[in-house]
Amino acid sequence: MDPAAAKLIGAGLASIALVGAGVGIGIIFGNYLSGALRNPSAAQGQFANLLLGFALAEATGLFGLVVALIILFVF
Amino acid sequence: MSSILFAVARVAAEAGHGGAGEAGGSMIDPMHQFRIERIIPLNVFGLDASFTNASLWMLIAVGLIAAFLTYSMRGRALVPTRTQSVAELAYEFVADMVHHSAGSEGMRFFPFVFTLFVFILVCNMLGMVPYSFTVTSHIIVTFALAAFIFIGVTVIGFAKHGAGFLKFFVPSGVPAVMLVLLVPIELISYLTRPMSLSVRLFANMMAGHTMLKVFGGFVVGLGFIGGWAPLAFMVVFSGLEVLIAFLQAYVFAVLTCLYLNDALHMH
Repeated sequence: MDPAAAKLIGAGLASIALVGAGVGIGIIFGNYLSGALRNPSAAQGQFANLLLGFALAEATGLFGLVVALIILFVF
Repeated sequence: MSSILFAVARVAAEAGHGGAGEAGGSMIDPMHQFRIERIIPLNVFGLDASFTNASLWMLIAVGLIAAFLTYSMRGRALVPTRTQSVAELAYEFVADMVHHSAGSEGMRFFPFVFTLFVFILVCNMLGMVPYSFTVTSHIIVTFALAAFIFIGVTVIGFAKHGAGFLKFFVPSGVPAVMLVLLVPIELISYLTRPMSLSVRLFANMMAGHTMLKVFGGFVVGLGFIGGWAPLAFMVVFSGLEVLIAFLQAYVFAVLTCLYLNDALHMH
């Protein structure tokens, strides 16, 4: 297989990791919203945890994106 | 978001490698904005210690922070003026974060966490200025910060608990059979902390700025007739990028406080 083609295919496959990021972020915000609608007064106290959880979930997806970018631009 | 980032990787690949072969030469190259350029070439004992554009923007960030904090606190009023209350807001925000995560023992490290938070925040925000350079979009910068934090926190843990700090990797109340599996897992997840800390900030900044550049290319490429759609998206996405700049600085600082808490209080 042509190395340039293999690179592009590899980068595309590595980007599939972002599906996990999308699902994880959706789960976190969905749970926060359902909790906040049940108990609105307690919602503000957990807002910091929400942002932290969002960033951690996004990070794992971005690790996959970094692998894709490394494949594209380093090799 | 994942599908958009998926498209970014593809377009970035085409831009990076197809640009040379395109006639007309207006192919966007989103990776060019991350290039380091030497401003003052310096050579120290054979090592390249040039003053680069990254150094310049870091100096600008530090200068802005120092100037703002000294100027706003000049009056030292008991009832703060507007600018003084902005500085006090920042102080209280970080102080609450450190106190909440690391307890009163962690307040010894408040100056460090405050410096870290404000530096990363201002570096990220300066990257939103058009034609500027985003310091934190380079893995070496974020890795230097994360490595410093990781080594510092480990040293603090050993200084405080001695060899007993190794009990951190052995959770209490676990049957001995599972320990064989659990201790290596705990150890590996501890050792990947600097990697995840640095890559999180680096990937967010680089992906965000790459997307901005790519959609900017779309605006120009689609011309006067079709360029309004990507332009509208770019306005919204720039707002999201400002939010992410703040959020990533906050997450970096919060995780630093949590790691400090682990070292000081060991669960």
